Amino acid sequence: MVIRLNPSSGIPIYLQIVEKIRHSIEIGALVEGDQLPAIRTLAEELVVSPNTVVKAYDDLEQEGLIRLRHGAGAYVEKGNLAKSRLRRFREASVVVKETVRKLRSMGLSDDESRRLFEAEWIEKAAAR
Amino acid sequence: MKAVVETRELTKRFGDTYALAGLTITVPRGQIVGFLGRNGSGKTTTIKILLDVIRRTSGEATLLGEPTGSVAVRRRIGFLGEDKRLYSYMTVREIIAFTRPFFPSWRVETETRLLMDFELPLNRKVSALSKGMRTKLGLLLNLCRNSELLILDEPSEGLDPVMAEQMLQSLVRQAADGTTIFFSSHQVAEIEQIADHIIAIEKGRVMLEGSLDHLRQKFRRVNLVFDDPPPPEAFRRDGVDRVIVQGRTISILASRNVDEIAALGPLLAAKSVDVQSVGLKELFLEKVKGDHADS
Repeated sequence: MVIRLNPSSGIPIYLQIVEKIRHSIEIGALVEGDQLPAIRTLAEELVVSPNTVVKAYDDLEQEGLIRLRHGAGAYVEKGNLAKSRLRRFREASVVVKETVRKLRSMGLSDDESRRLFEAEWIEKAAAR
Repeated sequence: MKAVVETRELTKRFGDTYALAGLTITVPRGQIVGFLGRNGSGKTTTIKILLDVIRRTSGEATLLGEPTGSVAVRRRIGFLGEDKRLYSYMTVREIIAFTRPFFPSWRVETETRLLMDFELPLNRKVSALSKGMRTKLGLLLNLCRNSELLILDEPSEGLDPVMAEQMLQSLVRQAADGTTIFFSSHQVAEIEQIADHIIAIEKGRVMLEGSLDHLRQKFRRVNLVFDDPPPPEAFRRDGVDRVIVQGRTISILASRNVDEIAALGPLLAAKSVDVQSVGLKELFLEKVKGDHADS
């Protein structure tokens, strides 16, 4: 699992880590039972605060994607949640493909579409 | 007791000028705290007062819950200063052997690992070390002590990018062992990378303080494009930090009511509305400008 971060983007680093690990699970780079790096190992590797990794792992556990075993590390969870998410993810990727095709046919450049999406998400994030 | 460092209304006067003009800060335990500010903003003065190297003019300051200057507390904290002053006539090996017995909590395995990681030449005299090497040696001497609180004044000053990254990595590792890290810097990028919490000061006062994640989630820039821009006053409300008019574009930095501001777009016939997240660098620069505009 390779995690690349962008600390200056204004998006909290723990959310960036959550996103990357979630994505790895969704595309099958991480599967049920796989062990995630220990908190201090990942913090050292990414050169971020250990508290940031703790926050990311807590979030992933809340989502049901991983399980934290006290003193024994973090494991990718088997539960149905991950599977149903996987199915939803595949369905969503079809929707995205279709939407992108439509936007292109309207004459929008990919860059323009991306900006529209990002503006929409950031507004939602700000509203929370 | 959660705060590791606390100051209240701290002032320091040099002649007619106030280096600190009522500084109230809190460093939470177990966190990596970035102390951000321009050159001359008062960072080093604050640290010197905390270490009891200089006297404050007024106000209060405590370290680990004790007044500054307590010898018992001094044993529990590590410090790496800007000048990285060390006994220059000793070799690297000698200064490590000299320092070790002072600290019962000295970790030999850390010493061994850092000597390798930092590639320090054991037989070279401290006086013959480069600035980067001296910083690494100073870090090693502090990290082996395993103190409760580590204070560093501009630790990346004079380090090349590889050394700077190694330095940050060693701080992260120390934080994982439970040490609170309080480090000053004018490099926004390194603070953004490893800090949990930031304290930004300007002219001896706090300009921005809080959890970095919280600040990242709170601040937004809203860009609105108009054919005929309304006056900036139309956007003044709670939570708006700055309104900048550039031709047809009005750019607003806000920490609250972002939705309300974005909704003004369609209401005032904006041609486009764009909401962006804001990095620490941008936030810092805007705050400094805002500060100067106010005074």
